[in-house]
Amino acid sequence: MSKYANPHLFMKYSKPLLPWVGGLCTIMLVVGFVWSFYLVPPDYQQGGSVRIMFVHVPAAWLSQFVYASIAAASLVSLIWRHALADVFAKSAAPLGAAFTLLMLVTGSIWGKPMWGTWWEWDARLTSALILFFLYLGYIALWHTIENQQVAARNAAILALVGFINIPIIRFSVDWWNTLHQPASVIRSDGPSIDSVFLAPLLFMLVTYTIFFALMVVIRMRTEIMRRRLSSARYASAAFEESVA
Amino acid sequence: MRTLSICIAIVRRDVLLGWRSGAGVATAIGLYGLIVVLVPFGLGPDGDLLSNVAPGILWIALSLALLLTLDRLFQIDLEDGSLDLLFHSPAELELIVLAKSLAHWLIALVPLLLVTPVLSLFLNMSIDRTLATMTSLTLGSPTLVFIGAIGAALSVAIKRGGIIIGLLVLPLYVPVIIFGVGAAQAGTNVFFAGAEGPQASLLFLSALSLFSVVLGPIAGAAALRSVRS
Repeated sequence: MSKYANPHLFMKYSKPLLPWVGGLCTIMLVVGFVWSFYLVPPDYQQGGSVRIMFVHVPAAWLSQFVYASIAAASLVSLIWRHALADVFAKSAAPLGAAFTLLMLVTGSIWGKPMWGTWWEWDARLTSALILFFLYLGYIALWHTIENQQVAARNAAILALVGFINIPIIRFSVDWWNTLHQPASVIRSDGPSIDSVFLAPLLFMLVTYTIFFALMVVIRMRTEIMRRRLSSARYASAAFEESVA
Repeated sequence: MRTLSICIAIVRRDVLLGWRSGAGVATAIGLYGLIVVLVPFGLGPDGDLLSNVAPGILWIALSLALLLTLDRLFQIDLEDGSLDLLFHSPAELELIVLAKSLAHWLIALVPLLLVTPVLSLFLNMSIDRTLATMTSLTLGSPTLVFIGAIGAALSVAIKRGGIIIGLLVLPLYVPVIIFGVGAAQAGTNVFFAGAEGPQASLLFLSALSLFSVVLGPIAGAAALRSVRS
């Protein structure tokens, strides 16, 4: 386990991978957008608006996947003091927040023609909004605690507390929503989706996930370099002091 | 036995300190009252409207007023060094956090509960609605304090950490506010089961409070340990 915790090995092996994954991700993004924006026929009910789904649903998937992966990394970091787990959690959080924001914004743009309103206190929308605030609190904690080791441990604790609370929040919001608003706009069973839409949707899901992996590795590399730079500065300052 | 007497000593000390300094509690009561009094200026003096939204207003105002006091929970002990002594205590840190949170509930939250009937008059609440709201606030208030203790412990390493506690803690208050306001809106007959009665909401509130009494001390102690190192 600890063999792979080595940031040096991570830097060594991730570097040659980056151009390949980056190239693959670019090609898949272009194919995915052309497919979902030009080749998919308009829906018989929703018309062209259905295409927002291909941006929206993968973002929704990643917003939850990223939070779960941060919680898993936090557990690893708390138990094994795995140095890369902290770096991953810190690097992934702004990406997860960005996906959550993308989901909220595209959902809102879709909701305006479909429901006639920018915002609906639907259970799923509400939980997504709270998830966004959980991300903000998590990122804020990383940035306000100066000592990086204390920040890593505290952020990990917060991520796990948030992860434990997410099902409770989901449940309570469902409860609140059924109490206040019997006829929900989004049906939980949902209309079955045609394969014309399903294939590009799955393709976009994979593309987004690769995009996230690419971005998080780039951010992790930046974070490791930043830490090396800062310890090098401390070392050189200490050296100058000892010479003087 | 020894652990228990240590915890009792901590509760007594914190309650006495809070009671004798008094400033923090008085500020929280003042803020609680002011938020409630500001609502009619925002919504208009319509009595029916105010009495309709009153349980929600009281729940939110109480949460915000409590939030103001949370940074005192560990910050003062850190500054005067008594937190270091608590670390060396033979009692488990989790139980110490539990005792400190309990003391905070007694000294910061109970006064807010006690002024609630007075504030309910400003919101045109009937005695029934006031009683229902008081019941739900009392049952849910441990959640506010113990989840809040997590935020207080996480931000203790930050200078002027008080501002960030809200960002950490308020999203986690969503369930307790939902069930708290739900129970208060459903009336006083706590034996009335079903979706229209308060029983289910009150049971969920109690469950949340019990859960937070476990989660708060564990997470809070873990956060304090990381600051110590």
